[in-house]
Amino acid sequence: MSTLTKSAPPAAKPPVRSRPVQPGWLRVTHWLNVLAVLVMVTSGWRIYNASPIFGFRFPNDITLGGWLGGALRWHFAAMWLLALNGLVYLLINLASGRLSRRFFPVTLRGVMRDAFAALRGRLAHDDPRHYNQVQRVAYLFAVLDLVLLVASGLAIWKPVQLGWLCTLFGGFQGARLVHFLAMAALVAFVAVHVVMVALVPRTLRTMITGR
Amino acid sequence: MSPVVRDGEAILHEARALMTRRVTEPSRRAFLARTLSLGGVALLSGCSLDDNASVESALDKMSRWNDRVQAALFRQDVLAPTFPESSITRPFPFNAFYSMDEAPVVEEADYQLELSGLIADKAPWRLDALRNFASPRAAQQITRHVCVEGWSAIGRWGGVTFSDFLRRIGADTTARYVGFKCADDYYTSIDMPTALHPQTLLALTYDGQTLPREYGFPMKLRIPTKLGYKNPKHIRAIFVTNTYPGGYWEDQGYNWFGGS
Repeated sequence: MSTLTKSAPPAAKPPVRSRPVQPGWLRVTHWLNVLAVLVMVTSGWRIYNASPIFGFRFPNDITLGGWLGGALRWHFAAMWLLALNGLVYLLINLASGRLSRRFFPVTLRGVMRDAFAALRGRLAHDDPRHYNQVQRVAYLFAVLDLVLLVASGLAIWKPVQLGWLCTLFGGFQGARLVHFLAMAALVAFVAVHVVMVALVPRTLRTMITGR
Repeated sequence: MSPVVRDGEAILHEARALMTRRVTEPSRRAFLARTLSLGGVALLSGCSLDDNASVESALDKMSRWNDRVQAALFRQDVLAPTFPESSITRPFPFNAFYSMDEAPVVEEADYQLELSGLIADKAPWRLDALRNFASPRAAQQITRHVCVEGWSAIGRWGGVTFSDFLRRIGADTTARYVGFKCADDYYTSIDMPTALHPQTLLALTYDGQTLPREYGFPMKLRIPTKLGYKNPKHIRAIFVTNTYPGGYWEDQGYNWFGGS
């Protein structure tokens, strides 16, 4: 038997390890995005507190920066990480074909069906390579919402030099409102996302180790 | 006004400025302690309070980088939007690092605008000379004042285009900075391209009236392409330099370029 093993042809080598569920670039950009969003949201709350749009302020203890000037420094530093990392994510996602493979097709019917199945606890998560329709629409929403955050943020940062963009949002105060609402939507997404990860912990492992 | 009283006022201003800085500093120091409570951010550098200085220095570098990006984005031919008279915010908000009743009282009789640095004709200007210079070149604008805090207000300022004044005094327009010292001990500085922007205005009036005390009597620099803290009021001295002059808020952490 031992001779047989020795003379085994190359084809009998241990099988090639399967491709990771989440490729390395995706895991890196995901966690960099977590860091960027955390800094942007918590410093953004402090900036909001300087001149609230609505009748409330965020508790200073959960904000970053210590004062308006400090929060602005964090916000305008982390914006580069958020935007450049997001750009890398979008470019590789598009170029590799992963975006169309993983996120499409997505239909209203499919989303409704999967959403009802999820509510009845009957949505299978057996194949982490496959995003169900609710996941597809949720992740696409997060991506588009981040694009909206960057665009409205640019309009607030440069209302004169990027006047056309500011006009698109209905002027400076319009851009502030859109920026705030997009932040709220992103925080809502994160809340649901974290609960779902807690319910299906395996997805956390695949986002860290890829498997 | 006797010199003794004027000294007393200067001391008060000085103390007020120092106090303001003291009041803001502890909160700046506390910021990293709060950072630490945010688990995710703690991943940044395994932060401890000792890293405060290195975090601050990294944020400083990013702010300088943002200065350069904004200078590159800035275009002299891009104008800030202007508005009809009906959209003027009334009353226009008062904003400073002190309350309205603490706004400096500048006596027209005593007032002189001092000039220094890379300027050919450094002779000081009395207010009536400034008015005489401005009236044949009168410029006005109804533009949006955007505060770093997020609020904004539309106002009407009149005066003379700042670049006209800089050319009249023989300022070296190839220099990097124009700095301002104010009667309330405020100080700030701007980049030369912005100083030469066609909408940058040496403002002597507000809404058709002599610039009132609360909006910066006897004159302010109105820059619709910059945030409010880059629009100095009660200007008493202007200088042109290649040495970075900083500013009252900028030295505490606000971004220097502060462009919009």
